[in-house]
Amino acid sequence: MTALPTKKLEAWRYTDLRALERLSFGEVPAAAVPDLPAFAGPRVVFANGRMSQALSARLDHAQDFAPVQEHGPQSLAHINAEQAQDGLTLSVPAGVDAGALLMVSYNAGEMPFAAHLRHRITLGANARLMLIELVKGDGVYWHNPVTDISLHDGAVLTHIRLQQESAEAFNTTLIRANIAAGAGYEHFTATIGAKLSRTELHVSLLGEQARTDLNAAQLLRGEQHGDFTAVVRHAAPNCASRQTVKSVLADEAHGVFQGRVEVAKGAQKTDGYQMSRALLLSDHATMDIKPELEIFADDVKCSHGATIGALDAEQLFYLRSRGIDEPEARAMLIHAFLEEAFAPVTDEAAHGLLIEAIGKWWTTP
Amino acid sequence: MLEIKNLHARIGDKEILKGINLTVPTGEVHAIMGPNGAGKSTLSYVLSGRDGYEVTYGEVLYNGVNILELAPEDRAAAGIFLAFQYPVELPGVGNANFLRTALNAVRRKRGEPELDAVAFLKSARAAIKSLQMNEDFLKRNVNVGFSGGEKKRNEMLQMALLKPGLAILDETDSGLDIDALRIVSEGVNALRSPSFSALVITHYQRLLDHIVPDVVHVLAGGRIVRSGPKELALELEARGYAGVEAA
Repeated sequence: MTALPTKKLEAWRYTDLRALERLSFGEVPAAAVPDLPAFAGPRVVFANGRMSQALSARLDHAQDFAPVQEHGPQSLAHINAEQAQDGLTLSVPAGVDAGALLMVSYNAGEMPFAAHLRHRITLGANARLMLIELVKGDGVYWHNPVTDISLHDGAVLTHIRLQQESAEAFNTTLIRANIAAGAGYEHFTATIGAKLSRTELHVSLLGEQARTDLNAAQLLRGEQHGDFTAVVRHAAPNCASRQTVKSVLADEAHGVFQGRVEVAKGAQKTDGYQMSRALLLSDHATMDIKPELEIFADDVKCSHGATIGALDAEQLFYLRSRGIDEPEARAMLIHAFLEEAFAPVTDEAAHGLLIEAIGKWWTTP
Repeated sequence: MLEIKNLHARIGDKEILKGINLTVPTGEVHAIMGPNGAGKSTLSYVLSGRDGYEVTYGEVLYNGVNILELAPEDRAAAGIFLAFQYPVELPGVGNANFLRTALNAVRRKRGEPELDAVAFLKSARAAIKSLQMNEDFLKRNVNVGFSGGEKKRNEMLQMALLKPGLAILDETDSGLDIDALRIVSEGVNALRSPSFSALVITHYQRLLDHIVPDVVHVLAGGRIVRSGPKELALELEARGYAGVEAA
């Protein structure tokens, strides 16, 4: 197996995979059946690294899984390629609006095991798709999926992920997207679960007027570690990218945001924006933020910002003075803090799933 | 009835309240006036339970219960309402959600049934109408982008919905314009009844033209130095605090 990345690599400075390295993985156990959310549209379900035909329904535009050839620089992608035996291969023809698709990845077992899925999503010119991805599980496992996305001219992919892995799980997610002229990739990840997780995005804006929104909300507590790393490469002029990451960190949780905007020579009129806001609910929570700009064009607009703060005592007192108990007042202020990150999730079903998951964040011990 | 007995309080090492004695019988409106730095705002915050103020001696009984031992939310449920001098902005919190959450929290604590969305909207709309407010108030974020007058109206709306037994109005520095003055006084006067009392804290006599108090107290140097009928406010206006304290 290809070796795991170490903290000696700049891209892995804040996320330490040694705890993952110490695990020894056994056979992938027989798949258990996950609870599925009420969702009217088509769905595809993966359990312990394999697609479940029985649980999937009305899946259009899907193709058979083909063996993986990996040429990318990321070692996790090579490990994935060595192990992956299944994944979603979806190709939406040009001009087709495929609506919303629910993808569930569920992993559960008694003994540690690893699941490596390789998803490939291609949208033809002007095609549309909303992919709602639900990631969850039980027990100790390593979930290391890779998703390769290709959007042709004018296509729009809305990708909403809800990561609710088991509290003992490791999740390393790699998403790579090539966006052609006039196409848009709108991504939102809610990171709630896993002992350690990293969502790493590499988005290349390859044609004029291509755009991407990479938004995330991280809600972490206990000793959870959550890393959101996004690299946007502006390879063509007149492209726009937005990265907004909101982190709420309790107890001894550790959040990471690494955002990089690369502007190639000739990518004039690039509009790049990065914002990281973190709310620390305890003195022992930590947030590491590393914004990077790498600009080789001379007529661009790129900005970045970061804030780290605690709940506002004045606001808390105001709510309490109106009869609202402290825990509820805190929850209201945290919801309000996250509101901006959720705003892009306009689909009702997806919004409902997120709100429910976040509601549970408060009530589950 | 509110009874403040020999109340001493400090911020850090600095003693601000140095033995306040004050009784506000149910049904009465009392005004507290005093020069800057007398402890007026501190008194309102100590009564409503804000962090950072340490009560070193004395007690505050509201209907016989020592409220100093209660959390701010429980004081609200007991019927105490603090109208803020500078209402706090809550970006991302919708006003309707805020009002309903507050109202139901208080109702729950008072053993009253919670209001569903429909019943809440009905009573909120009625209160909005009687305060001559625009209904889009409910859709906006709490106090965000509100003018000074709108913020005061929102305070009065909260007060009307929460139906306190005792309202504390902190208008210490009285940056109130005529409009805001009218809003606050109408809000308080609408609630005046034999079961409602109010403590109006103000620097100037102006507000008391609109909310006519039963008793005026002068707070200076952390103590009540004089109490008297409403005419005392006029005397203060004419002679200044120094003159009244000396008298």
